[in-house]
Amino acid sequence: MSNRLAWKWGFIIAILLGSLYLIYPNYKWYSKPLAERETLDSMGERPKRMLNLGLDLRGGSSLLLELEVAKLDKKEPLNEAMARAIEIIRNRIDQYGLSETQITRQGDKWIMVQLPGVANPQRAEELIGKTAMLEFRIVKENTDAYSKAIEKLEETENPFDDNGLLIPSIAKLLPNDVQIMRNKEGGYLVVTKEVTVTGADLDDARLTMYGENGYPEVSFTFNAEGSKKFGKLTGANIGKRLAIVLDNTVQSAPTVQSRITKDGRISGTFTLDEARQLTIVLKAGALPAPVKIIEKKTIGPTLGEDSIKSGLTASFYGLLLILVFMAVYYKGAGFIADSALILNLILLTAVMSYFSATLTLPGIAGIILSLAMAIDANVLIIERMREETHLGKPIYEVIHLGYDKAWSAIFDSNITSIIVAACLLQFGTGPVKGFAVTLIIGLTVSLFTAVFVTRAIYELILTSNPKEISL
Amino acid sequence: MMHLLPKTNIDFLKYRKVYFVLFALVLLAGAICFGTKGFNLGIDFTGGTMVQVKFEKPVDMAAIRAALDETGENSSIQSYGDNSFAIREKSTSNEVGVVQGRIEQALQTLKVPFTVEQTNSVGPAVGSDMTERAMWAILLSLVFIIIYVAFRFSNILWGISGVVALFHDLWVMALAFSLTQREIDLVVVAAFLTVAGFSINDTIVIFDRMRENIRLHPKMSMRELINLSINETLSRTIITSLTVIFALFILYFMGGEVLNSFAFAMLVGCISGVYSTIALSTPLVYVWQKGQLSDLDRGYAAPKKEATKIAVKEQHTDTPAASAPAKKTVTKIKRTRRNKQK
Repeated sequence: MSNRLAWKWGFIIAILLGSLYLIYPNYKWYSKPLAERETLDSMGERPKRMLNLGLDLRGGSSLLLELEVAKLDKKEPLNEAMARAIEIIRNRIDQYGLSETQITRQGDKWIMVQLPGVANPQRAEELIGKTAMLEFRIVKENTDAYSKAIEKLEETENPFDDNGLLIPSIAKLLPNDVQIMRNKEGGYLVVTKEVTVTGADLDDARLTMYGENGYPEVSFTFNAEGSKKFGKLTGANIGKRLAIVLDNTVQSAPTVQSRITKDGRISGTFTLDEARQLTIVLKAGALPAPVKIIEKKTIGPTLGEDSIKSGLTASFYGLLLILVFMAVYYKGAGFIADSALILNLILLTAVMSYFSATLTLPGIAGIILSLAMAIDANVLIIERMREETHLGKPIYEVIHLGYDKAWSAIFDSNITSIIVAACLLQFGTGPVKGFAVTLIIGLTVSLFTAVFVTRAIYELILTSNPKEISL
Repeated sequence: MMHLLPKTNIDFLKYRKVYFVLFALVLLAGAICFGTKGFNLGIDFTGGTMVQVKFEKPVDMAAIRAALDETGENSSIQSYGDNSFAIREKSTSNEVGVVQGRIEQALQTLKVPFTVEQTNSVGPAVGSDMTERAMWAILLSLVFIIIYVAFRFSNILWGISGVVALFHDLWVMALAFSLTQREIDLVVVAAFLTVAGFSINDTIVIFDRMRENIRLHPKMSMRELINLSINETLSRTIITSLTVIFALFILYFMGGEVLNSFAFAMLVGCISGVYSTIALSTPLVYVWQKGQLSDLDRGYAAPKKEATKIAVKEQHTDTPAASAPAKKTVTKIKRTRRNKQK
């Protein structure tokens, strides 16, 4: 064996071993029973570099959110606001104990949240959708004018606009510095319009299972800045009622007994789950602007299982058919092409595992195309070798020319396919992107296995000086 | 050596007028069909709501229809067998999830327990964005393919011919989906794109052989050259296409509900792809380039022969650099044109 060939084979074997090493965690993981996987999942003990199954294959939910850009603080650039929103949503979901959630930005103002295994995304939806705008306002004592306004408000069908502000016809009955808000315990309260302390001034939030009235409560701690502001607010308003407002609804309005600086709590008639969500949301911070759900998909686990089962069986038989056909029609050369095809699949799985890529149905389509291209490359090479054999060339030259002459066609066709895939990667979303990613990986891998590896095999055969090769 | 077909010598270009008429007919049929029947676009594109449920006991479709009608839903129902039904409503409500709730409520009036297997609610903004993105992706790939093929084969006409064939395949697939009124969802779009990749592959293999034959047989007429190239690559075309088509048949019959549409699209596209390469891209090159190449025959046959030898020799060296000889062809063709102008 020449030195060069030895290097080639060393390289191929190293890559094969590396791939098997990368694939092994997948095998170990997916051979565990589902229940065990779920427990390990929730403990966060899922191996990192592993092939993920998309929602269409394993069941789950996905939500597409739109950040209401119009309601953003004008000073904050969109990119920063989006990054912050994604971070906050991630924090909320992580703390809720949902594992393997993927949160990605899509386009300008969209955020995709994928929740594998969650068949009913309602809770996650509530958690994400909460703006959790926490404000502290001082309650104004009722006057005749206020009572009149409240009366009018109760008669009106939609007294509040989208932002929780009063509609103009009612607002004009009130002085400029006050605002009416719905009280969760019933009725309405008149509060100051000015807000000096908000949820942004919080440092931490905790859940108390049994609060004063037997209901769960959320207690919180202010940060340094917030302590100062809250101290000032309560100090100046001793004896008055302080409204704790969450998303434009007064949760409770206790009387300020003394100046408070550091701690506080929100009591009200919360259910345990409500209180828990509120705690998480307060801790994670408020979203830069409200989000709206614009797309929602759920796929039940059984449906996912069915589609993966039939999809895998069909793919397996399809592949088997191709392998058998190649080996029968091209004999030895077909066999070599088959081994390259199998190596192709191994490498592809390894690369996808390394990047923790997600396998979806369109992704499988991408793999099929790349396998078809790999077969085509080998067919091109073998047909060329046959042509050269007919011309009566010696075996060494047959192999040499077969590869050399087929190369330009193989190269060009793969590059054009990669061009298509790159366009899809650029413009596609979600599933189409998944297709593009697997296609690009697959084509690169197939160039390596179908050309480099098969040639190394022929060169290895040539070292024993055979008279002919079976084509 | 096993051979599926003997060495062929078919005059593929003989029927080029038939191909062009067929192409025109396909275009016309498509235009009529798209105009009258339209497409069954999935809610990924139109926006709307889909709820797929599985009842525990057999339920009559009419009963479901009645239950839905009662709540005033204007939805389509599709049976998947196995007591599974998909209810679709192309509502344009901005509020995602509301329609879904209403449908589930309506089904509960049937008093047959069911499980929700799959739901999909897409807001109208998302749908139009998806359509726009898919369109851009396809358009851009076509433009880049033209540029790449034009660059590699040193002639923009080749690039355009390849893309016309590609366009034909996409058109035929769209026609198939319009005729059968199969739903077009994102997976089907992926299939369209896969076919785009595979169809151009076929064209490039034949173009590659033509590029090589131009160098090897500088005196050959364009017609002979194209026929020779198609005949030489014919067994490869058939073997590759057959393996892929067989594999797709298996996916079509066994792959389950989700892969079924995908496999259908691929099958149509692959068959159309084989046809269009032979019957569209190469005849187009022939029609467009007839004159140009005969110049080459007359004016540059002698000096070109030498150049060819060098080019072939270069190809035998170990580095797989086919681009160098290709570039030589470019300059030669250009020189020919310049000479003629003089």
